[in-house]
Amino acid sequence: MSPRYERLLHDSLLLAAARHPDKEVLVTGGQRYRYSELLDAALRLASALRRQGLSRGDRVAIFMDNGWPAVVSIYGTLLAGGVMMVINPQTKDDKLAYILNDSEASFLLSDSKLARVFGPAATQAPSLRAVICAGPIPEGAGVLAWDEALNAAPAYQPAGTIPVDLAALIYTSGSTGNPKGVMMTHQNMVFIEGSLVEYLRLQADERILNVLPLAFDYGLYQLLMAVHLGATLVLEPHFSFPAAVLKRVEEEAVTVYPGVPTVYATLLSLHKNSPLRFPSVRRVTNTAAHLPDDFVPSLRELFPNALIYKMYGLTECKRVCYLEPELIDAKPGSVGQAMPGTEVFLLSEEGRLVPPGEVGILHVRGPHVMPGYWRQAELSAAMLKPGRYPGERVLCTHDHFKMDSEGFLYFVGRTDDIIKTRGEKVSPVEVENALHSLPGIQEAAVIGVPDELLGEAVAAYVVLLPGATLSEAEIKRLCLSKLESFMAPKYVYFLNELPKTGSGKVRKQSLRELVTT
Amino acid sequence: MIEPIIRAFIAENYIFDSLQPGSSDSLTQMGILDSMGVLELIMFIEERFGFKIPDEDTLPENLDTIDNIVHYIERRRETAKAA
Repeated sequence: MSPRYERLLHDSLLLAAARHPDKEVLVTGGQRYRYSELLDAALRLASALRRQGLSRGDRVAIFMDNGWPAVVSIYGTLLAGGVMMVINPQTKDDKLAYILNDSEASFLLSDSKLARVFGPAATQAPSLRAVICAGPIPEGAGVLAWDEALNAAPAYQPAGTIPVDLAALIYTSGSTGNPKGVMMTHQNMVFIEGSLVEYLRLQADERILNVLPLAFDYGLYQLLMAVHLGATLVLEPHFSFPAAVLKRVEEEAVTVYPGVPTVYATLLSLHKNSPLRFPSVRRVTNTAAHLPDDFVPSLRELFPNALIYKMYGLTECKRVCYLEPELIDAKPGSVGQAMPGTEVFLLSEEGRLVPPGEVGILHVRGPHVMPGYWRQAELSAAMLKPGRYPGERVLCTHDHFKMDSEGFLYFVGRTDDIIKTRGEKVSPVEVENALHSLPGIQEAAVIGVPDELLGEAVAAYVVLLPGATLSEAEIKRLCLSKLESFMAPKYVYFLNELPKTGSGKVRKQSLRELVTT
Repeated sequence: MIEPIIRAFIAENYIFDSLQPGSSDSLTQMGILDSMGVLELIMFIEERFGFKIPDEDTLPENLDTIDNIVHYIERRRETAKAA
C-alpha cells in the first residue's frame, strides 16, 4: 500500500504514516493527532466520497475553518482521486455559488457553523452530488453527517491518479469581478513542496505554525510541507487573538513562523509595549506583501535564533523567489532569486530582455507554473506565454521588477489595480460590484490607500441616489453580506460625483489625491 | 446593562442578516469578527467603558463570546471600583 516515493501529493501521508505512525502530525483545537489517525480518517472520507460516486478528477469544495476536519478533507479528497478546492470560510453565498458552478464541484465539505452560507449556495449548484457537514446537521436533503461519512471502512483503493492529474484548484481574485481557479497538478505541487523545504532548510523535527487560511496557498503549503517532511503542524484558525497564538508558539515550541507584514506589524507593536522573545523559532518567513526593512532589527529581537526569509510569489506558480537570510542586510529591499529548480527573467513591454537596473515585467519558468485557470482560456493566455521550446509555457506575472547586477530581484509595482490588504488580494471591481448592488448607491469606485498596519486599506468612494440615506457604518456592514471581511471597505467617502476622464471612466488617480480630509 | 451595548455594537457593524449570536457562541468561529473586528471591538470597549485593555488580556476567554466580553468588562469595573 505504501508508495515507494512521493509521486502524488498524498503519497507523503502514506509514507509518513508507514514510517512513524505515532508521530504527532497536527495540533489544533486543543487536540493532538498522530499520522496514523490522519491517514485513517482521510481513508475513511475517501471511501465515503467514492461510495457517493466521486470519480477521478472530480472537484471537491472544502469550505471550513482551519481545523481537523479541513485537514482530513484535504487528504481524503486527494486519496479518493478528487481535486481539492479549499475555499475561505469568509466567502459569502453568492461567491460560493459562483465557485461551485465555475468548477462544477461534485462535493461540498463544510461545517454546520457555515450552514447559513452554504445552504443557499448549494441549492444554486446543480453539479453537487452531496454535501458532507461536520457538526449538527441543518435541515435539508442531501446533507450527510461527517461522523457518518467517517464510519466508512478505511480501505485504500488507489484512484488511478497520475502526476499530471489535477490535485487542486486554488481560487484567486482577479481584476474582473469574479475569482479564477488556478489549476495545480500533483506534479506541480510535489515539485513545489520539495523546492520550498530545500531553500527553507527544513527538517523532520519542525513544528510549523499556521494561522493563515488553508484556502490561501501560503497557509495550505504549511500543511503540505509538514506532512512532506513527516513533521508537525500547529494549526490555528486565525490571528485575531495574537496573545493566544503567541502562547501557543511558546507552549508548542514552534520552530517555523510564517507571516505576512500585518502579522509582523502587530507583533512589533506588542513587543514595543512589553518585550517578547521566541527562542524556539528557527525560521521566520514573509510573503504576500513587502516586509519593511526597518522591521528586521525588531524581528531579530523577537526571534533571536531564526533565519528570516523575504519572499515573493503569486498563486499562479505558488512562489517565485526568496532571499537567502544571510543576505538580508546586504540586499535591503530585495526578494532575492528564483527558488531551486526554477528561473526568472525580466522583459520589456516589447518582449526584450531588460538590462540590470531597468524595470521590466517578471516572467517565471519552471515546474511550478500552473497549467492555466480552470476553463478560462483567454485569461490563461494572458498569463502564459510561449517559452524556450515549442509548447512550453512561461508565466508572465504582470508585476514590475528590477534586477541588480548580481541577479537579485526588487519588486517595483503591480500593473493591475489589485489591492493587497493584510496580505490578501482584493479586486476593486469585485468590491465595486458589491457596492453597486446595494440599494441607495448610484455609483461607486474603490481604490487602495496606504495603511501602516494593513499595507493597503480598501477605500470606497460612493455617490448616493437622490434621497437615499446610508451611513458609512451601514455601507460597511452591507458589504459584509457580499464580501469576505478583508474586502469590505475600511473607509467610505461620500461624493456628489466621481471624477471622470473624457471618455467617462472613473479617474482613480484623482480619488487618490482626495484621500485626506 | 452591558450586554445590550455590546450586542448593538456587533449587530450595527458586523451582522448583515437575521443572525443572533448566542451568548456563548464564538464570534470569531461564526465569522462575525475577524482580526480587524477584534481590534475594533477592543477600541470600542476602551472608548465606551473608559479603560485600556492590555495586550495580555486580548484572549478569546475575555473577548470571543458575548458572555466573555460582558464578564470581562464587569471584572474590570470591579477592580476599578476597588482601587
